[in-house]
Amino acid sequence: MALRTLLTRKNLANSPMGMLGLRGLQTFSLPDLPYDYGTLEPAISGDIMQLHHQKHHQAYITNYNKALEQLDDAVAKGDASAVVKLQSAIKFNGGGHVNHSIFWKNLAPIREGGGEPPKSSLGWAIDNHFGSLEVLIQKMNAEGAALQGSGWVWLGVDKEFKRLVVETTANQDPLVTKGPSLVPLLGIDVWEHAYYLQYKNVRPDYLKNIWKVINWKYASEVYEKECP
Amino acid sequence: MHLHHQKHHQTYITNYNKALEQLDDAMTKGDASTVVKLQSAIKFNGGGHVNHSIFWKNLAPIHEGGGEPPKGSLGWAIDNNFGSLEALIQKMNAEGAALQGSGWVWLGVDKELNRLIVETTGNQDPLVTKGPSLVPLLGIDVWEHAYYLQYKNVRPDYLKNIWKVMNWKYASEVYEKEFPES
Repeated sequence: MALRTLLTRKNLANSPMGMLGLRGLQTFSLPDLPYDYGTLEPAISGDIMQLHHQKHHQAYITNYNKALEQLDDAVAKGDASAVVKLQSAIKFNGGGHVNHSIFWKNLAPIREGGGEPPKSSLGWAIDNHFGSLEVLIQKMNAEGAALQGSGWVWLGVDKEFKRLVVETTANQDPLVTKGPSLVPLLGIDVWEHAYYLQYKNVRPDYLKNIWKVINWKYASEVYEKECP
Repeated sequence: MHLHHQKHHQTYITNYNKALEQLDDAMTKGDASTVVKLQSAIKFNGGGHVNHSIFWKNLAPIHEGGGEPPKGSLGWAIDNNFGSLEALIQKMNAEGAALQGSGWVWLGVDKELNRLIVETTGNQDPLVTKGPSLVPLLGIDVWEHAYYLQYKNVRPDYLKNIWKVMNWKYASEVYEKEFPES
């Protein structure tokens, strides 16, 4: 017990993979953005990108790691009550980490392909399912604007039915909470922190503009992996 | 304050009025499916109007008593239920900071049991959704729009500072109406 505790407590927060010991607890660290904070302007301000990444995403990671440690401890002790009590923190903070990690990859500066419409199989699937890219964007913007409170609007693929879906999730719930075979291709954060400094209460303007920096290349890669 | 009042609260009112009109129409037509479908918009926008209407009365400039601790029966009830005003504030700040997503943290009174309670609600759910006998005395909006321009992600700082403009006079009035001093 003491030896396992020693191994899992070493280097917890400092490496991306954490400590993979005997029954190691893998913890997480903030992934770097593949672009500078200001390079998504004017669609999303550099101030927002920096706060969003360094404060909000970091906080989810910090709290997720903390909850994982407590969960590890409770599981080892057989404390079912504590295990169940921790699920809310795990879901919220783990979800926050999962969702934001996808989000950074969903965005790209214009000169790196941000905003360029999807081609090949994803482009074809979009036309097939929604009629056109414009219709898809309209639908996602409508659902994103109508979302009550905090949450995300997603373009996903149902890997079982090979069908594209538009879904929303509340708070930091990942897309998979809406269906176990759903794989996220694009997620748009509609929490107020994602746009308020720049767009204030006008969430629809944020949604209209974010498409100028959406990284369809990434979405296509994920789609082609699920539907070769 | 300006944005919160003129944009956010106004939007809840506009959308609540719209939903009420559609509800009236559906009820007249006997369209139960539409009546039920409208409940989400009614709850969210009606709740937003109810909650923000309370919120504006919960705040006051310092030179008009904002921040002055509660006296009389409410002050006594706080000490009785929580130990001290500081303990109550600590509790509300902790629950407000921990709230996942958007919502409110409330000081309320259970008018049936004559007991003060601290509760949170999600999104624009009014306090009564946590218990039919709960009456709101104070509500603190912890939606990001309530503090982000000034405090950014640091919700705890917003919670710490808002007590400087808390209008305890209003809270006392509501409390004394539920439990008149004989």
